[in-house]
Amino acid sequence: MRKAFGPLAALTGLMLVGAPLMVARAPYESTMGLVQKIFYFHVPSWFAMFTAIGICGVASLIHLFKTSPRADRIAEAAAEIAVLFGLMGLVTGPLWGRKAWGVWWQWDAKLTIALLLEMTFISGILVRKYGGPGSDKLAAAVGIFGLAVVPFVYEAVNIWRTIHPLTSVVPTLPATMGGPFWFCVATFMLLLVVLLMLRVNLGKRQAALDELYLAYED
Amino acid sequence: MHLRRLLTALTSFALFSSPALAGQAPAGQGAFVPVDSVPLADQLPAAPLLVTAYAFVWIAVMVYLWTIWRRLNKVEDEMRALAQKLPRR
Repeated sequence: MRKAFGPLAALTGLMLVGAPLMVARAPYESTMGLVQKIFYFHVPSWFAMFTAIGICGVASLIHLFKTSPRADRIAEAAAEIAVLFGLMGLVTGPLWGRKAWGVWWQWDAKLTIALLLEMTFISGILVRKYGGPGSDKLAAAVGIFGLAVVPFVYEAVNIWRTIHPLTSVVPTLPATMGGPFWFCVATFMLLLVVLLMLRVNLGKRQAALDELYLAYED
Repeated sequence: MHLRRLLTALTSFALFSSPALAGQAPAGQGAFVPVDSVPLADQLPAAPLLVTAYAFVWIAVMVYLWTIWRRLNKVEDEMRALAQKLPRR
């Protein structure tokens, strides 16, 4: 896995540079025009967040019931990265909405649940940092509940009447828009993998440091 | 006379306020339709928003990478300092 990191990171960097060029060549959307191109980074950032939450949720389940330090490190890393991608979605969305809807923010179901999901994972990070002994198990529970919220965020536009574009937009994208879009999705997924590897490595080193402190105290 | 005026006022209020109360958010867009060009008036106001969105994603990634690097350096420094202390004991 370590050998793969270098080429993977280089490929991700290249794709991140190439993604805006592909987006620039994509056609304009008929009603929203130029601002719709935010979509090519906005939606992949949510896809990456949902994937990070999935990883965090599964790792949290393993840690909660089997007490695995390795799973805990993965859950911790994935939760942090989920917050990062969620922040990207929550910032790029209003920039799009300002032009498309005339407002920065709308308290409709989709946006509100997405904001709550972000806050759930921020709370998980705070629990780990300030929760004291046993906070890893509490953070694992937060991670599992966060995972349970994801379907509501995704399906909100189909369950409730909201001004947000529907989930049917992505499967019905014409090839000229679908190509750049799926390229951006692949880029964000690779970015997720690279960041996860880096953050898990940091967790490993922190665990090694803790062991060293214990050895020193003994 | 007063009762009739009151009833008229209440009926008028109910009739005129109901559309506003029943108002709901318009339905979300179901499909995207590509076109070749964007209206000229649409280009300038949208461009700063688009650039800000893409720049934010880049900056967020860079800042996060920097925080990982900083934390890793701190851990490595502590490990080195601790490893130097351990053999002396």
